[in-house]
Amino acid sequence: MRPLPGILKGLITTARTALRPTHTAEYPDVAPELPPRSRGVIALLEENCTSCMLCARECPDWCIYIDSHKETIPATTEGGRDRQRNVLDRFAIDFSLCMYCGICIEVCPFDALHWSPQFEYAEVDLLDLLHEKDRLGGWMASVPPPPALDEKAAEPAEIAAANRPARGAGLAGGAGGAGGSGPRMPRTVRPRAAGSPRPDAGSPPPDAGSPPPDAGEASP
Amino acid sequence: MSLLEAALRAASVLAAFLVLPLLVGQAEHKVMAHMQGRLGPMYAGGFHGWAQLVADGVKFVQKEDITPRAADRWVFRLAPAVALIPYLLAMATIPIHPGVAAVDVPGSLVLVLAATSVGALGTLMAGWASANKYALLGGLRAAAQLVSYELPIVLALASIAMAGGSLSLMALTQAWSPWWLLWQLPGGLVFLVAACAELQRPPFDMPVADAELVMGAWTEYTGLRFAFFLLAEYAGIVVMSLLFAVLWLGGWHGPFEGTLGWLWTLLKGFGVAVLVIWVRVAWPRLREDQLQRLAWLWLVPIALAQLLLTGAGVVMGW
Repeated sequence: MRPLPGILKGLITTARTALRPTHTAEYPDVAPELPPRSRGVIALLEENCTSCMLCARECPDWCIYIDSHKETIPATTEGGRDRQRNVLDRFAIDFSLCMYCGICIEVCPFDALHWSPQFEYAEVDLLDLLHEKDRLGGWMASVPPPPALDEKAAEPAEIAAANRPARGAGLAGGAGGAGGSGPRMPRTVRPRAAGSPRPDAGSPPPDAGSPPPDAGEASP
Repeated sequence: MSLLEAALRAASVLAAFLVLPLLVGQAEHKVMAHMQGRLGPMYAGGFHGWAQLVADGVKFVQKEDITPRAADRWVFRLAPAVALIPYLLAMATIPIHPGVAAVDVPGSLVLVLAATSVGALGTLMAGWASANKYALLGGLRAAAQLVSYELPIVLALASIAMAGGSLSLMALTQAWSPWWLLWQLPGGLVFLVAACAELQRPPFDMPVADAELVMGAWTEYTGLRFAFFLLAEYAGIVVMSLLFAVLWLGGWHGPFEGTLGWLWTLLKGFGVAVLVIWVRVAWPRLREDQLQRLAWLWLVPIALAQLLLTGAGVVMGW
Protein backbone atom coordinates (compact mmCIF):
# COMPACT_ATOMS: atom_id res chain seq x y z
CA MET A 1 0.00 0.00 0.00
CA ARG A 2 3.10 2.20 0.17
CA PRO A 3 2.88 3.55 -3.43
CA LEU A 4 -0.81 4.40 -3.14
CA PRO A 5 -0.46 8.12 -2.29
CA GLY A 6 1.86 8.61 -5.23
CA ILE A 7 -0.52 6.82 -7.56
CA LEU A 8 -3.42 9.00 -6.49
CA LYS A 9 -1.26 12.11 -6.80
CA GLY A 10 -0.52 11.21 -10.41
CA LEU A 11 -4.20 10.86 -11.18
CA ILE A 12 -5.03 14.17 -9.50
CA THR A 13 -2.25 16.02 -11.28
CA THR A 14 -3.31 14.84 -14.73
CA ALA A 15 -6.97 15.53 -13.99
CA ARG A 16 -6.16 19.03 -12.85
CA THR A 17 -4.09 19.68 -15.96
CA ALA A 18 -6.95 18.44 -18.11
CA LEU A 19 -9.31 20.96 -16.57
CA ARG A 20 -6.96 23.90 -17.05
CA PRO A 21 -6.66 25.66 -20.41
CA THR A 22 -3.88 24.29 -22.57
CA HIS A 23 -0.75 26.30 -23.20
CA THR A 24 -0.06 25.07 -26.70
CA ALA A 25 1.60 27.63 -28.95
CA GLU A 26 -0.22 27.21 -32.24
CA TYR A 27 2.81 28.29 -34.14
CA PRO A 28 2.08 28.26 -37.86
CA ASP A 29 -1.35 29.81 -37.24
CA VAL A 30 -0.33 32.20 -34.51
CA ALA A 31 2.96 34.05 -34.71
CA PRO A 32 5.18 33.36 -31.72
CA GLU A 33 6.02 36.11 -29.31
CA LEU A 34 9.76 36.32 -29.54
CA PRO A 35 11.84 37.82 -26.77
CA PRO A 36 13.72 41.01 -27.58
CA ARG A 37 17.15 40.39 -29.10
CA SER A 38 15.99 37.15 -30.67
CA ARG A 39 18.53 35.63 -32.99
CA GLY A 40 16.73 34.86 -36.21
CA VAL A 41 18.76 35.88 -39.21
CA ILE A 42 21.59 38.32 -39.75
CA ALA A 43 20.75 41.45 -41.73
CA LEU A 44 23.23 43.57 -43.62
CA LEU A 45 23.08 47.35 -43.91
CA GLU A 46 25.21 47.64 -46.99
CA GLU A 47 25.88 51.40 -46.80
CA ASN A 48 27.63 50.93 -43.47
CA CYS A 49 29.92 48.15 -44.63
CA THR A 50 33.51 49.13 -45.37
CA SER A 51 34.58 45.60 -46.35
CA CYS A 52 36.96 45.69 -43.42
CA MET A 53 36.72 41.90 -43.14
CA LEU A 54 36.57 41.94 -39.35
CA CYS A 55 33.38 39.91 -39.31
CA ALA A 56 34.71 37.36 -41.78
CA ARG A 57 37.91 36.93 -39.81
CA GLU A 58 36.22 36.60 -36.45
CA CYS A 59 33.59 34.15 -37.69
CA PRO A 60 34.30 30.78 -36.01
CA ASP A 61 32.62 28.89 -38.83
CA TRP A 62 34.03 30.92 -41.67
CA CYS A 63 30.62 31.28 -43.15
CA ILE A 64 30.96 34.91 -44.31
CA TYR A 65 32.21 35.62 -47.81
CA ILE A 66 33.35 39.13 -48.71
CA ASP A 67 34.71 40.30 -52.05
CA SER A 68 35.60 43.93 -52.64
CA HIS A 69 37.72 46.11 -54.85
CA LYS A 70 39.38 49.48 -54.32
CA GLU A 71 38.26 52.54 -56.18
CA THR A 72 40.31 55.68 -56.44
CA ILE A 73 38.65 58.96 -55.56
CA PRO A 74 40.47 61.79 -57.27
CA ALA A 75 41.78 64.54 -55.03
CA THR A 76 39.36 67.42 -54.61
CA THR A 77 42.04 70.06 -54.18
CA GLU A 78 44.84 70.92 -56.53
CA GLY A 79 47.99 68.95 -55.76
CA GLY A 80 46.19 66.82 -53.19
CA ARG A 81 46.55 63.11 -52.89
CA ASP A 82 44.05 60.72 -54.47
CA ARG A 83 42.14 58.68 -51.96
CA GLN A 84 41.08 55.07 -52.16
CA ARG A 85 37.96 53.47 -50.80
CA ASN A 86 36.67 49.93 -50.71
CA VAL A 87 33.61 49.00 -52.72
CA LEU A 88 31.73 45.91 -51.62
CA ASP A 89 31.19 43.43 -54.46
CA ARG A 90 29.89 40.47 -52.57
CA PHE A 91 28.74 39.88 -49.04
CA ALA A 92 27.25 36.47 -48.32
CA ILE A 93 26.52 34.46 -45.21
CA ASP A 94 26.09 30.72 -45.47
CA PHE A 95 23.38 29.97 -42.93
CA SER A 96 23.93 26.25 -43.32
CA LEU A 97 27.27 26.81 -41.57
CA CYS A 98 26.37 29.71 -39.30
CA MET A 99 26.05 28.84 -35.62
CA TYR A 100 24.34 32.10 -34.69
CA CYS A 101 27.02 33.11 -32.21
CA GLY A 102 26.59 36.75 -33.18
CA ILE A 103 30.31 37.49 -33.05
CA CYS A 104 30.23 39.14 -36.49
CA ILE A 105 27.56 41.52 -35.26
CA GLU A 106 29.53 42.27 -32.10
CA VAL A 107 32.76 43.02 -33.89
CA CYS A 108 31.35 45.12 -36.72
CA PRO A 109 32.64 48.62 -35.94
CA PHE A 110 30.18 50.32 -38.27
CA ASP A 111 26.89 48.71 -37.32
CA ALA A 112 26.55 47.09 -40.71
CA LEU A 113 25.29 43.76 -39.30
CA HIS A 114 22.15 43.37 -37.20
CA TRP A 115 20.09 40.60 -35.68
CA SER A 116 16.67 40.25 -37.26
CA PRO A 117 14.06 38.16 -35.44
CA GLN A 118 12.90 36.55 -38.71
CA PHE A 119 13.55 32.83 -38.38
CA GLU A 120 11.38 31.27 -41.05
CA TYR A 121 13.81 30.95 -43.90
CA ALA A 122 14.17 27.19 -44.07
CA GLU A 123 14.93 25.88 -47.55
CA VAL A 124 14.48 22.59 -49.32
CA ASP A 125 17.97 22.81 -50.78
CA LEU A 126 20.94 23.36 -48.48
CA LEU A 127 22.61 25.56 -51.09
CA ASP A 128 19.73 28.03 -50.92
CA LEU A 129 20.75 28.90 -47.37
CA LEU A 130 23.63 30.95 -48.78
CA HIS A 131 22.18 34.45 -48.52
CA GLU A 132 23.78 36.95 -50.86
CA LYS A 133 24.08 40.70 -50.37
CA ASP A 134 20.61 41.67 -51.57
CA ARG A 135 18.88 38.99 -49.50
CA LEU A 136 20.82 39.95 -46.40
CA GLY A 137 19.91 43.56 -47.09
CA GLY A 138 16.27 42.60 -47.38
CA TRP A 139 16.26 41.38 -43.78
CA MET A 140 17.08 44.93 -42.63
CA ALA A 141 13.41 45.84 -42.90
CA SER A 142 12.59 43.43 -40.09
CA VAL A 143 15.30 44.59 -37.69
CA PRO A 144 13.60 46.12 -34.65
CA PRO A 145 14.73 49.53 -33.42
CA PRO A 146 17.38 49.27 -30.73
CA PRO A 147 16.04 49.23 -27.18
CA ALA A 148 16.06 52.51 -25.33
CA LEU A 149 18.95 53.16 -22.99
CA ASP A 150 18.52 52.85 -19.25
CA GLU A 151 17.42 56.03 -17.58
CA LYS A 152 20.65 56.44 -15.65
CA ALA A 153 22.90 55.29 -18.46
CA ALA A 154 25.66 57.45 -19.83
CA GLU A 155 24.99 59.21 -23.12
CA PRO A 156 25.91 57.35 -26.26
CA ALA A 157 29.38 58.26 -27.45
CA GLU A 158 28.21 60.10 -30.54
CA ILE A 159 25.84 62.32 -28.62
CA ALA A 160 28.43 63.04 -25.94
CA ALA A 161 30.91 64.02 -28.62
CA ALA A 162 28.40 66.25 -30.39
CA ASN A 163 27.40 68.00 -27.18
CA ARG A 164 30.96 68.65 -26.13
CA PRO A 165 31.78 72.35 -26.02
CA ALA A 166 34.06 73.63 -28.72
CA ARG A 167 37.76 73.79 -28.15
CA GLY A 168 38.78 76.67 -25.94
CA ALA A 169 35.22 77.51 -25.07
CA GLY A 170 35.61 75.65 -21.79
CA LEU A 171 38.13 78.15 -20.44
CA ALA A 172 35.84 81.04 -21.14
CA GLY A 173 32.91 79.24 -19.57
CA GLY A 174 34.95 78.45 -16.48
CA ALA A 175 35.84 82.09 -16.06
CA GLY A 176 32.20 83.04 -16.12
CA GLY A 177 31.65 81.01 -12.96
CA ALA A 178 28.56 79.05 -13.96
CA GLY A 179 26.65 77.85 -10.87
CA GLY A 180 27.38 74.44 -9.40
CA SER A 181 30.11 73.37 -11.79
CA GLY A 182 32.35 76.11 -10.50
CA PRO A 183 35.78 74.63 -9.91
CA ARG A 184 35.40 71.74 -12.37
CA MET A 185 37.03 72.35 -15.67
CA PRO A 186 35.19 70.77 -18.55
CA ARG A 187 37.40 68.33 -20.30
CA THR A 188 38.07 69.71 -23.72
CA VAL A 189 41.21 67.87 -24.66
CA ARG A 190 41.25 64.27 -25.60
CA PRO A 191 43.67 62.25 -23.53
CA ARG A 192 45.56 61.05 -26.55
CA ALA A 193 45.90 64.25 -28.55
CA ALA A 194 48.16 66.20 -26.18
CA GLY A 195 49.25 68.49 -29.00
CA SER A 196 52.36 66.42 -29.74
CA PRO A 197 52.83 64.72 -33.11
CA ARG A 198 51.73 61.08 -33.10
CA PRO A 199 54.45 58.50 -33.36
CA ASP A 200 53.02 57.06 -36.57
CA ALA A 201 52.35 60.40 -38.23
CA GLY A 202 55.08 59.88 -40.76
CA SER A 203 54.19 56.36 -41.72
CA PRO A 204 51.96 55.69 -44.73
CA PRO A 205 48.20 55.76 -43.99
CA PRO A 206 46.80 52.47 -42.70
CA ASP A 207 44.75 50.17 -44.87
CA ALA A 208 41.68 52.01 -45.95
CA GLY A 209 39.58 49.07 -44.90
CA SER A 210 40.55 49.14 -41.26
CA PRO A 211 38.64 51.41 -38.92
CA PRO A 212 40.03 54.86 -38.22
CA PRO A 213 42.04 54.82 -35.00
CA ASP A 214 39.59 56.73 -32.86
CA ALA A 215 36.36 55.46 -34.34
CA GLY A 216 35.97 52.96 -31.54
CA GLU A 217 36.29 55.45 -28.74
CA ALA A 218 33.17 54.49 -26.89
CA SER A 219 33.34 55.75 -23.33
CA PRO A 220 33.14 59.44 -22.81
CA MET B 1 -33.92 -16.34 -35.72
CA SER B 2 -34.43 -15.69 -39.37
CA LEU B 3 -31.54 -15.22 -41.77
CA LEU B 4 -32.35 -11.54 -42.20
CA GLU B 5 -32.32 -10.94 -38.47
CA ALA B 6 -29.01 -12.76 -38.11
CA ALA B 7 -27.52 -10.64 -40.88
CA LEU B 8 -28.85 -7.46 -39.26
CA ARG B 9 -27.39 -8.38 -35.89
CA ALA B 10 -24.05 -9.25 -37.44
CA ALA B 11 -24.00 -5.96 -39.33
CA SER B 12 -24.84 -3.97 -36.22
CA VAL B 13 -22.06 -5.64 -34.26
CA LEU B 14 -19.65 -4.97 -37.10
CA ALA B 15 -20.70 -1.32 -37.18
CA ALA B 16 -20.21 -1.02 -33.42
CA PHE B 17 -16.89 -2.80 -33.77
CA LEU B 18 -15.72 -0.28 -36.35
CA VAL B 19 -17.12 2.86 -34.70
CA LEU B 20 -16.65 2.42 -30.96
CA PRO B 21 -12.88 1.78 -31.03
CA LEU B 22 -12.45 4.87 -33.19
CA LEU B 23 -14.48 6.83 -30.66
CA VAL B 24 -12.29 5.57 -27.85
CA GLY B 25 -9.17 6.25 -29.89
CA GLN B 26 -10.20 9.81 -30.60
CA ALA B 27 -11.09 10.25 -26.93
CA GLU B 28 -7.63 8.99 -26.08
CA HIS B 29 -6.03 11.53 -28.44
CA LYS B 30 -7.95 14.38 -26.89
CA VAL B 31 -8.06 13.35 -23.23
CA MET B 32 -4.38 12.48 -23.24
CA ALA B 33 -3.52 15.78 -24.92
CA HIS B 34 -5.45 17.88 -22.44
CA MET B 35 -4.07 15.95 -19.50
CA GLN B 36 -0.62 16.88 -20.76
CA GLY B 37 -1.55 20.52 -21.39
CA ARG B 38 -1.66 20.05 -25.18
CA LEU B 39 -4.40 20.30 -27.77
CA GLY B 40 -4.04 17.00 -29.60
CA PRO B 41 -4.91 16.61 -33.28
CA MET B 42 -6.57 19.76 -34.62
CA TYR B 43 -6.44 19.64 -38.42
CA ALA B 44 -7.95 16.47 -39.88
CA GLY B 45 -11.66 16.90 -40.47
CA GLY B 46 -12.02 20.52 -39.46
CA PHE B 47 -13.57 20.47 -36.01
CA HIS B 48 -10.86 19.63 -33.47
CA GLY B 49 -9.38 16.95 -35.67
CA TRP B 50 -12.30 14.55 -35.34
CA ALA B 51 -11.22 12.68 -38.49
CA GLN B 52 -7.67 12.08 -37.31
CA LEU B 53 -8.10 8.32 -36.90
CA VAL B 54 -9.85 8.02 -40.25
CA ALA B 55 -6.90 9.83 -41.83
CA ASP B 56 -4.54 7.50 -39.97
CA GLY B 57 -6.46 4.55 -41.35
CA VAL B 58 -6.14 5.88 -44.90
CA LYS B 59 -2.43 6.32 -44.33
CA PHE B 60 -2.03 2.78 -43.00
CA VAL B 61 -3.83 1.36 -46.04
CA GLN B 62 -1.38 3.09 -48.35
CA LYS B 63 1.67 1.59 -46.66
CA GLU B 64 3.49 -1.44 -47.99
CA ASP B 65 2.64 -4.78 -46.41
CA ILE B 66 5.96 -6.42 -45.59
CA THR B 67 6.57 -9.96 -44.37
CA PRO B 68 10.19 -10.55 -43.35
CA ARG B 69 11.84 -13.37 -45.27
CA ALA B 70 12.87 -15.22 -42.12
CA ALA B 71 9.42 -14.87 -40.57
CA ASP B 72 7.12 -17.81 -39.99
CA ARG B 73 4.97 -16.66 -42.86
CA TRP B 74 1.49 -17.89 -42.00
CA VAL B 75 1.70 -17.34 -38.28
CA PHE B 76 3.05 -13.87 -38.93
CA ARG B 77 0.22 -12.96 -41.27
CA LEU B 78 -2.49 -14.52 -39.14
CA ALA B 79 -1.45 -12.84 -35.90
CA PRO B 80 -3.32 -9.54 -36.42
CA ALA B 81 -6.52 -11.40 -37.18
CA VAL B 82 -6.08 -13.57 -34.09
CA ALA B 83 -5.66 -10.40 -32.06
CA LEU B 84 -8.64 -8.66 -33.61
CA ILE B 85 -11.43 -11.17 -34.29
CA PRO B 86 -11.91 -12.42 -30.70
CA TYR B 87 -12.89 -8.93 -29.59
CA LEU B 88 -15.52 -8.88 -32.32
CA LEU B 89 -16.92 -12.13 -30.92
CA ALA B 90 -16.81 -10.78 -27.39
CA MET B 91 -18.55 -7.59 -28.42
CA ALA B 92 -21.37 -9.58 -29.96
CA THR B 93 -22.34 -11.12 -26.63
CA ILE B 94 -22.31 -8.01 -24.45
CA PRO B 95 -25.84 -6.90 -23.59
CA ILE B 96 -26.50 -3.20 -23.82
CA HIS B 97 -30.22 -3.26 -23.05
CA PRO B 98 -32.64 -5.82 -21.55
CA GLY B 99 -32.93 -8.37 -24.28
CA VAL B 100 -30.61 -6.55 -26.67
CA ALA B 101 -27.34 -8.27 -27.45
CA ALA B 102 -26.31 -9.47 -30.86
CA VAL B 103 -25.96 -13.00 -29.53
CA ASP B 104 -27.60 -13.93 -26.25
CA VAL B 105 -26.17 -17.29 -25.27
CA PRO B 106 -26.51 -18.92 -21.86
CA GLY B 107 -22.78 -19.06 -21.14
CA SER B 108 -21.82 -15.67 -22.56
CA LEU B 109 -19.55 -14.85 -19.62
CA VAL B 110 -17.41 -17.89 -20.38
CA LEU B 111 -17.47 -17.02 -24.05
CA VAL B 112 -16.25 -13.45 -23.43
CA LEU B 113 -13.57 -14.75 -21.10
CA ALA B 114 -12.33 -17.25 -23.68
CA ALA B 115 -12.43 -14.71 -26.50
CA THR B 116 -10.47 -12.03 -24.66
CA SER B 117 -7.78 -14.53 -23.70
CA VAL B 118 -7.37 -15.52 -27.33
CA GLY B 119 -6.89 -11.85 -28.19
CA ALA B 120 -3.69 -11.65 -26.20
CA LEU B 121 -2.46 -14.75 -28.04
CA GLY B 122 -2.16 -12.61 -31.18
CA THR B 123 0.71 -10.70 -29.58
CA LEU B 124 2.37 -13.97 -28.67
CA MET B 125 2.07 -15.26 -32.25
CA ALA B 126 3.39 -12.01 -33.69
CA GLY B 127 6.34 -11.99 -31.31
CA TRP B 128 7.28 -15.57 -32.07
CA ALA B 129 6.83 -15.44 -35.84
CA SER B 130 8.63 -12.16 -36.53
CA ALA B 131 12.16 -13.60 -36.48
CA ASN B 132 13.34 -10.55 -34.58
CA LYS B 133 14.84 -10.46 -31.12
CA TYR B 134 12.88 -7.43 -30.03
CA ALA B 135 9.66 -9.03 -31.18
CA LEU B 136 10.62 -12.28 -29.47
CA LEU B 137 11.31 -10.49 -26.19
CA GLY B 138 8.02 -8.70 -26.53
CA GLY B 139 6.29 -12.00 -27.18
CA LEU B 140 7.89 -13.62 -24.13
CA ARG B 141 6.82 -10.71 -21.98
CA ALA B 142 3.32 -10.92 -23.44
CA ALA B 143 3.20 -14.63 -22.58
CA ALA B 144 4.30 -13.96 -19.01
CA GLN B 145 1.70 -11.23 -18.73
CA LEU B 146 -0.99 -13.47 -20.22
CA VAL B 147 -0.30 -16.21 -17.69
CA SER B 148 -0.22 -13.81 -14.75
CA TYR B 149 -3.24 -11.70 -15.48
CA GLU B 150 -5.71 -14.27 -16.78
CA LEU B 151 -6.09 -15.59 -13.27
CA PRO B 152 -7.23 -12.36 -11.56
CA ILE B 153 -9.68 -11.73 -14.39
CA VAL B 154 -11.17 -15.21 -14.11
CA LEU B 155 -11.40 -14.97 -10.32
CA ALA B 156 -13.02 -11.54 -10.42
CA LEU B 157 -15.57 -12.67 -12.98
CA ALA B 158 -16.19 -15.88 -11.02
CA SER B 159 -17.12 -13.78 -8.03
CA ILE B 160 -19.63 -11.83 -10.09
CA ALA B 161 -21.03 -15.03 -11.56
CA MET B 162 -21.49 -16.39 -8.03
CA ALA B 163 -23.19 -13.23 -6.87
CA GLY B 164 -25.62 -13.22 -9.78
CA GLY B 165 -26.01 -16.97 -9.86
CA SER B 166 -25.59 -17.26 -13.61
CA LEU B 167 -23.04 -17.45 -16.41
CA SER B 168 -25.09 -15.33 -18.79
CA LEU B 169 -24.15 -11.66 -19.03
CA MET B 170 -27.78 -10.77 -19.60
CA ALA B 171 -28.94 -12.58 -16.48
CA LEU B 172 -26.08 -11.16 -14.43
CA THR B 173 -26.93 -7.60 -15.40
CA GLN B 174 -30.57 -8.21 -14.61
CA ALA B 175 -29.56 -9.53 -11.19
CA TRP B 176 -27.38 -6.49 -10.52
CA SER B 177 -28.28 -4.23 -7.63
CA PRO B 178 -26.60 -1.00 -6.45
CA TRP B 179 -25.43 -2.91 -3.37
CA TRP B 180 -22.95 -4.67 -5.67
CA LEU B 181 -21.06 -1.39 -6.12
CA LEU B 182 -19.76 -1.83 -2.59
CA TRP B 183 -19.90 -5.59 -2.24
CA GLN B 184 -18.05 -6.36 -5.48
CA LEU B 185 -15.75 -3.35 -5.42
CA PRO B 186 -12.45 -5.18 -4.65
CA GLY B 187 -13.11 -7.64 -7.46
CA GLY B 188 -13.97 -4.75 -9.76
CA LEU B 189 -10.67 -3.00 -9.06
CA VAL B 190 -8.81 -6.24 -9.65
CA PHE B 191 -10.65 -6.66 -12.93
CA LEU B 192 -9.81 -3.12 -14.07
CA VAL B 193 -6.11 -3.51 -13.35
CA ALA B 194 -5.97 -6.96 -14.91
CA ALA B 195 -7.92 -5.81 -17.96
CA CYS B 196 -5.39 -3.01 -18.53
CA ALA B 197 -2.62 -5.57 -18.35
CA GLU B 198 -4.46 -7.98 -20.62
CA LEU B 199 -4.70 -5.24 -23.25
CA GLN B 200 -1.01 -4.44 -22.80
CA ARG B 201 -1.85 -0.82 -22.15
CA PRO B 202 0.37 1.49 -20.16
CA PRO B 203 1.32 1.12 -17.34
CA PHE B 204 1.41 -2.55 -18.34
CA ASP B 205 2.83 -2.18 -21.86
CA MET B 206 6.11 -4.00 -21.26
CA PRO B 207 5.55 -6.28 -24.28
CA VAL B 208 5.26 -3.19 -26.48
CA ALA B 209 7.79 -0.98 -24.63
CA ASP B 210 8.36 1.34 -27.55
CA ALA B 211 11.45 2.81 -25.91
CA GLU B 212 13.40 -0.37 -25.23
CA LEU B 213 11.83 -3.03 -27.46
CA VAL B 214 10.85 -0.77 -30.37
CA MET B 215 7.16 -1.79 -30.23
CA GLY B 216 8.05 -5.33 -29.18
CA ALA B 217 5.93 -7.94 -30.88
CA TRP B 218 4.81 -5.44 -33.50
CA THR B 219 8.29 -4.41 -34.58
CA GLU B 220 8.12 -6.10 -37.97
CA TYR B 221 4.52 -5.16 -38.77
CA THR B 222 3.70 -2.53 -41.33
CA GLY B 223 0.67 -0.94 -42.87
CA LEU B 224 -2.71 -2.47 -42.39
CA ARG B 225 -1.54 -5.36 -40.22
CA PHE B 226 -0.01 -2.92 -37.76
CA ALA B 227 -3.25 -0.94 -37.83
CA PHE B 228 -5.15 -4.13 -36.99
CA PHE B 229 -3.08 -4.55 -33.86
CA LEU B 230 -3.86 -0.99 -32.86
CA LEU B 231 -7.53 -1.53 -33.63
CA ALA B 232 -7.45 -4.70 -31.55
CA GLU B 233 -6.11 -2.72 -28.61
CA TYR B 234 -8.92 -0.18 -28.86
CA ALA B 235 -11.56 -2.82 -29.50
CA GLY B 236 -10.18 -4.52 -26.39
CA ILE B 237 -10.68 -1.35 -24.40
CA VAL B 238 -14.26 -1.18 -25.64
CA VAL B 239 -14.95 -4.79 -24.72
CA MET B 240 -13.36 -4.57 -21.28
CA SER B 241 -15.01 -1.24 -20.51
CA LEU B 242 -18.44 -2.49 -21.56
CA LEU B 243 -17.87 -5.66 -19.59
CA PHE B 244 -17.02 -3.65 -16.51
CA ALA B 245 -19.96 -1.32 -17.09
CA VAL B 246 -22.37 -4.23 -17.52
CA LEU B 247 -21.17 -6.41 -14.65
CA TRP B 248 -20.02 -3.99 -11.99
CA LEU B 249 -21.82 -0.76 -12.82
CA GLY B 250 -25.13 -2.33 -13.71
CA GLY B 251 -25.38 -1.70 -17.44
CA TRP B 252 -28.68 -0.09 -18.23
CA HIS B 253 -29.69 0.31 -14.56
CA GLY B 254 -29.81 3.88 -13.37
CA PRO B 255 -32.00 6.95 -13.30
CA PHE B 256 -34.28 7.44 -16.33
CA GLU B 257 -33.81 3.75 -17.05
CA GLY B 258 -36.80 3.67 -19.34
CA THR B 259 -35.69 6.47 -21.64
CA LEU B 260 -31.90 6.16 -21.60
CA GLY B 261 -31.64 2.38 -21.54
CA TRP B 262 -28.88 1.25 -23.87
CA LEU B 263 -27.35 4.75 -23.75
CA TRP B 264 -26.70 4.20 -20.04
CA THR B 265 -24.62 1.14 -20.86
CA LEU B 266 -22.63 2.96 -23.51
CA LEU B 267 -22.10 6.00 -21.29
CA LYS B 268 -20.86 3.89 -18.40
CA GLY B 269 -18.61 1.97 -20.76
CA PHE B 270 -17.23 5.20 -22.16
CA GLY B 271 -16.56 6.45 -18.64
CA VAL B 272 -14.56 3.32 -17.88
CA ALA B 273 -12.67 3.75 -21.15
CA VAL B 274 -11.76 7.30 -20.13
CA LEU B 275 -10.52 5.88 -16.83
CA VAL B 276 -8.31 3.43 -18.74
CA ILE B 277 -6.92 6.34 -20.77
CA TRP B 278 -6.45 8.42 -17.64
CA VAL B 279 -4.43 5.67 -16.01
CA ARG B 280 -2.22 5.55 -19.07
CA VAL B 281 -1.44 9.25 -18.86
CA ALA B 282 -0.91 9.38 -15.11
CA TRP B 283 1.35 6.44 -14.42
CA PRO B 284 4.72 5.33 -15.72
CA ARG B 285 5.36 1.86 -17.10
CA LEU B 286 5.95 -0.86 -14.52
CA ARG B 287 9.10 -2.94 -14.49
CA GLU B 288 8.75 -6.57 -15.53
CA ASP B 289 9.28 -7.91 -12.00
CA GLN B 290 6.88 -5.32 -10.57
CA LEU B 291 4.29 -6.59 -13.02
CA GLN B 292 4.58 -10.15 -11.72
CA ARG B 293 4.67 -8.98 -8.13
CA LEU B 294 1.51 -6.96 -8.54
CA ALA B 295 -0.31 -9.87 -10.16
CA TRP B 296 0.63 -12.61 -7.75
CA LEU B 297 0.99 -10.75 -4.45
CA TRP B 298 -1.87 -8.31 -4.78
CA LEU B 299 -4.41 -9.08 -7.46
CA VAL B 300 -4.74 -12.83 -6.98
CA PRO B 301 -5.07 -12.66 -3.16
CA ILE B 302 -7.56 -9.79 -3.40
CA ALA B 303 -9.56 -11.66 -6.00
CA LEU B 304 -9.54 -14.79 -3.83
CA ALA B 305 -10.66 -12.76 -0.83
CA GLN B 306 -13.43 -11.29 -2.96
CA LEU B 307 -14.47 -14.78 -3.97
CA LEU B 308 -14.61 -15.74 -0.28
CA LEU B 309 -16.66 -12.66 0.53
CA THR B 310 -19.04 -13.29 -2.33
CA GLY B 311 -19.42 -16.91 -1.27
CA ALA B 312 -20.27 -15.83 2.25
CA GLY B 313 -22.69 -13.27 0.91
CA VAL B 314 -24.46 -15.77 -1.32
CA VAL B 315 -24.73 -18.38 1.45
CA MET B 316 -26.00 -15.85 3.97
CA GLY B 317 -28.42 -14.50 1.41
CA TRP B 318 -27.37 -10.81 1.55
